[in-house]
Amino acid sequence: MKDNSSQASNPLTRLWRNQESRGVIIQIITITLLFAIIALIGRNVVINLAALDKEFSFTFLTWPAAYDIGFSPFLEYTSQSTHLKAAAVGLLNTLLVAITGCIFASILGFTLGILRLSKNWLVNRIAYTFVEFMRNVPVLIHILAIYSLIITLMPPVKKALDLGGGQFFISNRGFYMPSPVFEPGAWMVGVAMIVAILSVFLFRRWAKKVQDNTGKIYPVFWISIGIIFGLTGIVFIAAGMPLSWDVPALKGFNFKGGMAIKPEFLALWLALSYYTACFIAEIVRAGILAVSHGQTEASKALGLRNNRVLQLVVIPQALRIIIPPLSSQYLNLTKNSSLAIAIGYMDITATLGGISLMQTGKEMETMILVMGVYLLISLCISGYMNWFNRRIKLTER
Amino acid sequence: MANEISDTPSAEATSVDSSDLIISIKEMHKWFDDFHVLKDINLDVRRGERIVICGPSGSGKSTLIRCINRLEQHQKGTIIVDGTELTQDLKNIEIIRSEVGMVFQQFNLFPHLTVLENVALAPIWVRKMPRAEAEENAMKYLERVKIPEQASKYPGQLSGGQQQRVAIARSLCMSPRIMLFDEPTSALDPEMIKEVLDVMIELAESGMTMLVVTHEMGFATAVAHRVIFMDGGEIIEENTPQEFFTNPEHDRTKLFLSQILHH
Amino acid sequence: MDAPRDGACWAFIRGSFELFVYGWYPEPERWRVNLSFLLLVIAIFGVLKDNLPGKKYWLWFAVFFPFIAAWLLVGGFGLVPVGTQKIGGILLTIIVGVTGITFSLPLGILLALGRRSHLPVLRAVCVVFIEFIRGVPLITLLFVASTMLTYFLPPGSSFDLLMRVLIMVTIFAAAYIAEVVRGGLQGLSSGQYEAADALGLTYWKAHRLIILPQALKISIPGIVNTFIGLYKDSVLVLIIGMMDILGLGRARLNDPLWLGLAPELYLFIALFFFLCCFSMARYSLGLEKKLRTGHKQ
Ligand SMILES: Nc1ncnc2c1ncn2[C@@H]1O[C@H](COP(=O)(O)OP(=O)(O)OP(=O)(O)O)[C@@H](O)[C@H]1O
Ligand SMILES: [Mg+2]
Repeated sequence: MKDNSSQASNPLTRLWRNQESRGVIIQIITITLLFAIIALIGRNVVINLAALDKEFSFTFLTWPAAYDIGFSPFLEYTSQSTHLKAAAVGLLNTLLVAITGCIFASILGFTLGILRLSKNWLVNRIAYTFVEFMRNVPVLIHILAIYSLIITLMPPVKKALDLGGGQFFISNRGFYMPSPVFEPGAWMVGVAMIVAILSVFLFRRWAKKVQDNTGKIYPVFWISIGIIFGLTGIVFIAAGMPLSWDVPALKGFNFKGGMAIKPEFLALWLALSYYTACFIAEIVRAGILAVSHGQTEASKALGLRNNRVLQLVVIPQALRIIIPPLSSQYLNLTKNSSLAIAIGYMDITATLGGISLMQTGKEMETMILVMGVYLLISLCISGYMNWFNRRIKLTER
Repeated sequence: MANEISDTPSAEATSVDSSDLIISIKEMHKWFDDFHVLKDINLDVRRGERIVICGPSGSGKSTLIRCINRLEQHQKGTIIVDGTELTQDLKNIEIIRSEVGMVFQQFNLFPHLTVLENVALAPIWVRKMPRAEAEENAMKYLERVKIPEQASKYPGQLSGGQQQRVAIARSLCMSPRIMLFDEPTSALDPEMIKEVLDVMIELAESGMTMLVVTHEMGFATAVAHRVIFMDGGEIIEENTPQEFFTNPEHDRTKLFLSQILHH
Repeated sequence: MDAPRDGACWAFIRGSFELFVYGWYPEPERWRVNLSFLLLVIAIFGVLKDNLPGKKYWLWFAVFFPFIAAWLLVGGFGLVPVGTQKIGGILLTIIVGVTGITFSLPLGILLALGRRSHLPVLRAVCVVFIEFIRGVPLITLLFVASTMLTYFLPPGSSFDLLMRVLIMVTIFAAAYIAEVVRGGLQGLSSGQYEAADALGLTYWKAHRLIILPQALKISIPGIVNTFIGLYKDSVLVLIIGMMDILGLGRARLNDPLWLGLAPELYLFIALFFFLCCFSMARYSLGLEKKLRTGHKQ
């Protein structure tokens, strides 16, 4: 056998044997390789661009985009607008579908997760089948299928389906519903709502203080709801109901008035939401199951009522388990929203990474921007979720 | 039955006044689906009485005491706890649960709350006690189980014996009339068993009504008025600890005792 | 929907079945595809079945399978060459899935080890790489593969689109696998590392013999879930114009004969994916249960 402690004569071997110097050598090699690759790619890019007579610059963002975007609820956009503006519209559309999608996915996901725990066999099985089927089929297929369902199975605009009292319609061009019209005095209702929300916060703090001092327990949840609806409602009536609805009506070839939700948005939003909801359902179910039965029993044995057992014991423990995987589902939904391009919903990938890329031939610049935007969104979501997680994190163990 | 108790020298309460009954179980049966776990249980417990329940695994000991605070529901017969009958009536269940304390084998402390918060939780939310008072009270009980210095730690940071003592303090804090113990020491290492038993003995000396499922014979001999032996969902034998351990009547009891003595 | 039409539409799916499975793979050479499918089944069987006699050889076969299949499918070395643009349908879906799965695992393990390395530079490179890949949608990476990658290559050279896509998909999956494996590595007690060090094992030996077998065992459910995700993500190649089963199906919808058959078509493709992914998920669930009881013993 060779004796390991014997000094190797070769100085290079000695360096390699020393733990510290070996680390330095490996790192130097890593850096050298990295820079070599970057340099090589850089050289290739320069040569390739020169050969195609292109230059690397972001000035194209100020050029007119010269294409239409059918769905821009927040910004005024025409085909004369710049690529930058098109990108902004796309970003807002991405955020719109991501945020509304996360909200709906959470509601649906928590509901499905709780239904999965139901003791009713039928309810349980239905939820199980739904969750398992939906989450094992690629989300792109969901998006395409829903979209094609809307545009092929829904009637044309002229025969739009009346979903309720001549107020809500659905056709293959979208979903139409009344939009609120604020009349003079509406600001008072808005103020009342803000005041109500603020006073709910104050009330909650006050109720907690009262409980700490006297032990009296108020039905905080119901009183909060009462304050929000009561105060807003009273002011609404007192101000002479300064709100009317602009009802969509069929005029000629299209609906006039009201709000229209485009089929592209509807399909993307629905498919992303229920697809993600199925994953959230499993997370919620696992989180609640992970709170041991003994916890519920111990709280019941102490005389706590069922709703208090949930509020004080089960939910705080389950949330701790649920939140980290939940945040990665939100990230997934946001990234999956880039599939919008398959049905022509104009998100950031479809505008900047799609049409702008094609029209300007700036493959590299546009892709760098698009990826940067997604990275930024991902960073924001995971940063926020980490902060939230730390806030409710337990010091236990 | 009552006569047997009054004959025993260790029994403190000797009167047979029925108003003194704090738990009265009559012809009680329980099934898990079609599995008959408890068969025709009759058991009267008087105020201040201390009962040890033992028997082989699966004989229904846990199920019996869990019926007393309605963690399990019985299907036939009556259970009356401190004058309140256990029925579907939610109000009654609530009353009984806040008067009956229970200590579990697995402690079941709330891991997301500190020791002090664990103990003060029920007084605040069930007894509607002001927080300061509840916490002061909780400290009193933590002192009684000899761990006031751990009040601000989380359960996961305590040893098993300490956790079980917190669990006892958590139950006592509701000033229960009856305490149920379901194998409180069997998840503990030997050196921790004593600290928990000491707390239970001290509790016994204060006159608490106790039903204890345990195989700790030293404890049974020292504090129990009666030992109940269960097998196959039935109460096979009940007797004073001395008689029970030295002179068991039934063969099944003898077999069981020979098994636990050989451990 | 009335019955006759219903029957008719499934007949169309049956009629296009060959196209859905093989894409435009030349008719006389299709035995090569069939042989690859058969070898795939054998490889999967060898990997999944416990207590096989000569398990080692089965595993080696699984390692070499992708190369054998690549040769069979693309040709050369005695076989008639077939261009990759002829590959489509289920064949393409499975190629993307299987390549991603086989190559992302070793790459992911290396990335995970790099991320836990004591060397700051190595660690930083791995962290940036993993977080970058996980922070952007796969579709943007595919766009990079299809539009931008040629700029990175030496002038005049070009390589196959399918190849570029396979590389991107592998890198993408590897970043996710890396995080799963890192979770497994973190799940090991530090005692295991210390024990390995105490035995005087080198870094690689310690990892090969002690650390990785345990860490990978814990991570199997997570790895399978990543594979399921990857398999489902393989449909994204349609967006850069490759014709997998979904792409072919959609192209079919423009055919006047197929007009209005979208629901049946999507249901058919959805069922195809459901069967593949659900069985993988059940398998992972079974493993998870087995592992859990294994730990208790
Ligand atoms: N929720 C339940 N559903 C069905 N059967 C149950 C349930 N809980 C207990 N059992 C069964 O009832 C019987 C009695 O259980 P119990 O827990 O009361 O026994 P035990 O005497 O406390 O045993 P041990 O000493 O092991 O704790 C056992 O056979 C058990 O399998
Ligand atoms: Mg028991």
